[in-house]
Amino acid sequence: MKKLYVFLNNLTDISMGDVSADKAIPPSGYTANLTSFTAGAMAFLAVFAMALSLATGRLADRWSGELARTTTVRISAPEGQMQAQLDAVVNVLETTTGIASARVMTDDEQRRLLEPWFGPDLPLENLPIPRLVEVMEADIGPDMEGLRLRLSAEAPGAVLDDHTRWRRPLVVAANRLRSLGTIAILLIAGSTAAMITLAAQSALAANGQIISVLRLVGARDVYIARAFVRRFTMRALLGAIIGTTLGMIAIFFLPSAAEEGAFLTGLGFEGWYWMWPLLIPPLTALVAFWATRAAAFRALARIS
Amino acid sequence: MLQLQEAGFSYGGRDILADVSLDVAPGSFYFLTGPSGAGKTTFLRLCYQALMPTRGIIRILDRDVRGLEREDITQIRRRIGVVHQDCKFVDHLSMAENIKMPLQVSGRSSELDDASFHDLVSWVGLSARMNALPNELSSGERQRAALARAVVMSPDLILADEPTGNLDWEMAQKILRLLIELNKMGKTVIIATHDLQLIRMAKSKIPARVLRIANNKVQLAGADL
Repeated sequence: MKKLYVFLNNLTDISMGDVSADKAIPPSGYTANLTSFTAGAMAFLAVFAMALSLATGRLADRWSGELARTTTVRISAPEGQMQAQLDAVVNVLETTTGIASARVMTDDEQRRLLEPWFGPDLPLENLPIPRLVEVMEADIGPDMEGLRLRLSAEAPGAVLDDHTRWRRPLVVAANRLRSLGTIAILLIAGSTAAMITLAAQSALAANGQIISVLRLVGARDVYIARAFVRRFTMRALLGAIIGTTLGMIAIFFLPSAAEEGAFLTGLGFEGWYWMWPLLIPPLTALVAFWATRAAAFRALARIS
Repeated sequence: MLQLQEAGFSYGGRDILADVSLDVAPGSFYFLTGPSGAGKTTFLRLCYQALMPTRGIIRILDRDVRGLEREDITQIRRRIGVVHQDCKFVDHLSMAENIKMPLQVSGRSSELDDASFHDLVSWVGLSARMNALPNELSSGERQRAALARAVVMSPDLILADEPTGNLDWEMAQKILRLLIELNKMGKTVIIATHDLQLIRMAKSKIPARVLRIANNKVQLAGADL
């Protein structure tokens, strides 16, 4: 409880400031601008890392959702038996629990699937092309092993492909990308803390003599630390607000999602997820607060 | 006010001060003298806890300095006014801001109204120099400003380290007169100096005692000084 009180008290001090403490420490010139610039650049990168993390999360969900609900049955049979096996497969599928619909793909649809490889004038009727049946699963899907056994019994040329071998690596890749996005955000936070600590240490060292005078005339450590903490926190907050704003604008103006490049163009925020980057400035300020506070008290401990 | 019992301070294996025993009563006036490097500044630094004794006991304002937390040291320093040899001002602040600094940092700036502040700076003869920066002041003015800052919190104990070291005799007398006035107001004063003329002048006006540092020891000097 006491710690919470101290924390809230510190936050109040940071926001209200102390004019005399602030005035005693001279402005640190370009160090101040570097702190704001660093915080701004890191916030800008954090927006993209967050967008990447959220987009890959969405992608993983979509891929696993879409692929999980569709299954394909491929039938390879001699010409005279094709129609009979096709009917048998459709019959099995229509009587299987967990299947919402089953549809034989038309010649045109199959031609379109093959078009990228064989061109538009493929004589499908003259080639021994397997026939495909698109199966949409219900919310609770079928027993795949049972279905596979029934199909092999009723139509020996039918092969059930539930897309697992495609789906698994895609989802694993998307989840890894999401983890990398999260790690990137953590690294950005760590780098921000490190850079602000270095800047604060530099400012503390440059003002060592003034700090020593303040101590000699009766200033408490917290009074001295507050001047630095407030300054660096406000600079980091300002930089992060600018960086986040620019990052959000950049994301907003990315091309909208399209079928051809759904991954790259889908990098962005949707709906209330636009609120997430707004957390970056206060979190940056919090990182700056603790980093400067720790640096200040470490430096003050060396001054009698 | 200040008690030392066999107190000592060593640095790098070398004794700077050893076996110092002393009892400074409230309202007394002491000079601390000795050659340069004898340990006068070290003695004063022990008094305001910029250094801690490596041996013995030091009690300041009824507090044993051993085991004091930083917060306690801050509280004690607020009751001690120190005039440093190099004044130790914050160079980018005006003299008024420098003098008021002890009050500012302790959150007591409202205790000093404009009239009292004017009285204080008039007392040290610096009314017209309050907007100046420290570097714009002469040595004598800086010492007087340092004295004003040392007493602005109305401390119980005033320590002055060579306050007249860089001043001409006339200015040195002015500073001494101010310190004697403070002592007459009941303040305990300890001045480190090697200026024997200044000590003789003070002894002619008040019952000042003289401590001599020699061979790391602090001894009360006789009347022959």
